[in-house]
Amino acid sequence: MQAKRFTRAALIAALMTAGLAQAGSLTIESWRVDDKALWEDVLIPAFNKKYPDIKVKFSPTAPTEYDSSLTARLTGGTAGDLITLRPFDKSLDLFKKGQIEALNGKKGIENFPASAKVAWQTDDGKTVFGLPMASVIHGILYNKKVFQELNLQPPKTTDEFFKVAEAIKKSGKYTPIALGTADQWEANQIVFTSFGAPYWKGEEGRKALIAGKEKFTDAPFVAAFDFESKLAPYLAKGYQAQTYGDTQTLFASGKAAMVPAGSWDISYYNTNAKFELGAFPPPVPKAGDKCYISDHTDIGMGVNSKSKNKDDAYKFVEWMGSQEFADLYTNKVTGFFSLSSHLIAVKDPVAKQMLDWRKSCSSTIRLNAQIMNRGEPNMENELWNVNSQVLNGKMTAKDAAARIQTGFEKWYKPGK
Amino acid sequence: MKRFSFWHVVVFLAPAFLIYTVFSAYPLLDTLRQGFYTTSDTGHQSWIGIANYTKLLTDPQWSDGFWNAMKNNVKFFLIHMCIQNPIGLLLAALLSLKGVKGAKAYQTVLFLPTLLSVVIIGFIWQLILSPLWGVSESLMTHVGLGEHFAPWLGQEETALITLALISVWQFVGIPMMLIYASLIAIPEEIIEAAVVEGASPWRIFWTIRLPLILPTLGLVTILTFVGNFNAFDLIYSVKGAIAGPNFSTDILGTYFYRTFFGYQSQVGSPTMGAAVATTMFLIILAGVGVYTFLIQRKLQRHSF
Repeated sequence: MQAKRFTRAALIAALMTAGLAQAGSLTIESWRVDDKALWEDVLIPAFNKKYPDIKVKFSPTAPTEYDSSLTARLTGGTAGDLITLRPFDKSLDLFKKGQIEALNGKKGIENFPASAKVAWQTDDGKTVFGLPMASVIHGILYNKKVFQELNLQPPKTTDEFFKVAEAIKKSGKYTPIALGTADQWEANQIVFTSFGAPYWKGEEGRKALIAGKEKFTDAPFVAAFDFESKLAPYLAKGYQAQTYGDTQTLFASGKAAMVPAGSWDISYYNTNAKFELGAFPPPVPKAGDKCYISDHTDIGMGVNSKSKNKDDAYKFVEWMGSQEFADLYTNKVTGFFSLSSHLIAVKDPVAKQMLDWRKSCSSTIRLNAQIMNRGEPNMENELWNVNSQVLNGKMTAKDAAARIQTGFEKWYKPGK
Repeated sequence: MKRFSFWHVVVFLAPAFLIYTVFSAYPLLDTLRQGFYTTSDTGHQSWIGIANYTKLLTDPQWSDGFWNAMKNNVKFFLIHMCIQNPIGLLLAALLSLKGVKGAKAYQTVLFLPTLLSVVIIGFIWQLILSPLWGVSESLMTHVGLGEHFAPWLGQEETALITLALISVWQFVGIPMMLIYASLIAIPEEIIEAAVVEGASPWRIFWTIRLPLILPTLGLVTILTFVGNFNAFDLIYSVKGAIAGPNFSTDILGTYFYRTFFGYQSQVGSPTMGAAVATTMFLIILAGVGVYTFLIQRKLQRHSF
């Protein structure tokens, strides 16, 4: 009897402490495994200077597993208080299911321009459910040492681009372009939607697709696929089995001259490459054409509607809208650019160069990010598959465009 | 002798019964139930009868992927049956020969890959076969086969076969162990009698040992079948859930994963996923059923 009572008391005590631990502590869900140290050493301490009583834990999941495990945790009620949000439909889906809170009128949100909030609001634009954190800019990084050695200039047009690639190939010492198709996503996210943007004129083409005024089978989109199909001769031998990790190692080791990449790669190459890094925006079809860059709203932050500690979560969100956070995030997480309206000085030279493209080029987001991913067949998965096949020489530009358009038409009626 | 009372039986059965019900029977039954429901945008589930199944089997959007996964899965299974199990049999037969030096050491070494995590296996083989820094190309060049090297894991035609062979390499220890155990269980007298009669080792193997281990071979077959139709981890760790290139390595496990959990911007559906899981369950059930009713009944138990 005594023992029983003791156990019960212990159980109750354990439950109480568990309950106590909940109050005043926050857990952040994220897919940015790479940033774990940064959150723990820089961002959370900075937050704690202002709010010393709130304990914050950053608990990331690998990017490929993030969405599925987050869904499971949200449904099971074990997810963290703050949820790092993917842009557009994936998060809109969470909001529709009532799993994340609306942030209308919450402090911090006012520091962001409308263009930044587009990725985390309802279709009618009335409800915002995510605080925009950062965007990434896509472009081509190059090895300045190799370019100097071979006396090459960063190309401006596609013709120049292929001339440069040809010259590097002829030298026989370097792989012109580090790119593989084993992981598939690069083919879409950093080749097609980045190199393609100048062809379909960025936002113009993207909005025309959504409005039903243009089709994937129209000239600009086919031309983008066609550009892609010409890359194969300049890739490393066996690129079909080359993973993104292989690509990073290949370029960082100095054996490749160029790599189609995104600004998020800058910090990796800063630590791992021994040469000076340069960057140029996607080449334009003809000399004198306007340049377009994929400047993709990539990360947002939302509040779990089942969180037991929403007040503190809102305080954290408010802090994330501050100048301090914008500055820390942009300069410490190199290659992720804050979307807030605060003025921030970017310190990393390559990151600054990429950010400056915003002045000379037009920004657009990833082609299929908004609305187009909603139906079945899922366009993102289709684009991964189709673009890898185009790069592998297994599918022609025309077939690729036709397949994407057919899949899109199956479920999408413009203007609905 | 004191008889066990009803309550004794209950108390002793309860733990196993409870654990089995909570962790095995209930999830299975609930999966079967969910297959008949649909999920709305708000996450609410409602009854729709067999619509998920008709969609899975007749709507080209779903059925193309499903049959492709099914076809690949059958290939995956056949490769295991034609390569893994004969090699397992061969190794077991060699190990059970008398006077093999270091038989135990071989056994351990051959069984070792089975104990390794699939993630490690996938990673090691990706490195070995890497066209950029893998050892396989230089090894092949040394023996004059350099020009036959290809990025096998990245080509549509070869990716599935390569992955199946990696899996064979990993799991060959299991049939080997099972067959070995039944080979050494054959009584010496039978073999000795055959030797006295003047039978060659070859003949002894085919006409005495093999028929005696047929029940084990049947067991190995059914284990391979169940294992392969539930396979997922190796493909996922090497090719990801989108099982490229062009879905050439997509099997039922990865197809189920994409449906249930979603992938990247594809939103997962627990109910459609349950329908896929139920279909996989039925396929495996049918396979096991065919085996038990048509094959196992004909196998005779030899009592020595």
